[in-house]
Amino acid sequence: MSTGFQRTRTGRTVLRVDAMEKTVLASLAEQMIAFVAPTQAAASSDPLAAIVGIDEVAETPSDPALARMFPAAYRDDDEAAGDFRRFTERDLRALKIANATKVAGCLERSGEKLVLTGDEALCWLGFLNDTRIAIGTRLEITEENHDELAELPAEDPRAGLFDVYDWLTFLQDSLVQLELDSE
Amino acid sequence: MSVAPAEVQRPLLEEDLDRPWITIVWNDPINLMSYVTYVFMTYFKYDRAKAELLMMDVHERGKAVVSNGTREEMERDVTALHSYGLWATLQKDD
Repeated sequence: MSTGFQRTRTGRTVLRVDAMEKTVLASLAEQMIAFVAPTQAAASSDPLAAIVGIDEVAETPSDPALARMFPAAYRDDDEAAGDFRRFTERDLRALKIANATKVAGCLERSGEKLVLTGDEALCWLGFLNDTRIAIGTRLEITEENHDELAELPAEDPRAGLFDVYDWLTFLQDSLVQLELDSE
Repeated sequence: MSVAPAEVQRPLLEEDLDRPWITIVWNDPINLMSYVTYVFMTYFKYDRAKAELLMMDVHERGKAVVSNGTREEMERDVTALHSYGLWATLQKDD
């Protein structure tokens, strides 16, 4: 397992990953881009509305992971929640795609040592959070079942996914600690 | 361990009457406690002590009021918190 993110004296953020870890991260970035891409149905048929990023679809996504990534902003007011979503969800999806795209680019240009600028590190932070939300929701993680998931037998299909989740958690926390230290 | 609520029990100030909307962050089992603290510090510019208190409120009580203001201001806060991946909602404070 890698050592997590580290910071150089010149303020660059460094992550050392082996070939296997790079492959996993690149694959996750690619999957994330496809996962959060706006659906065809959501695209507004009004060209002007589409240009300014307003969608016609205002419902909470039915996929639980997407619902968690694009939550309703109002709990008890569906109409206000729908309006809010029409004006914000497209930008939010674009942000997540931009972060994952940046991560993929960093992986592509690098060998086993990634050297990131401050802005790139923040893209990684957002991307790691998004992937953990996507995977954690799939695994139906709760605050109680973490240990149970950690002890799944290897033949359980969730075991491999949980290993990835745990590794992403470690990576994200190491990056958060660097950002907290520089606050 | 007992943690004092950071925002909800402060005395009502006169200016609050013009700030009738609140932003709430809800607990979820995935976001890291360190990350939630980081977001409160980065976005709201809260100091570390206040950010950690709010984070613990979210974690232990299930939710915390993290800001108040006009509806437009709260929609801006919720939009930003969603961009960080936090589960945030806004509502009228009543």
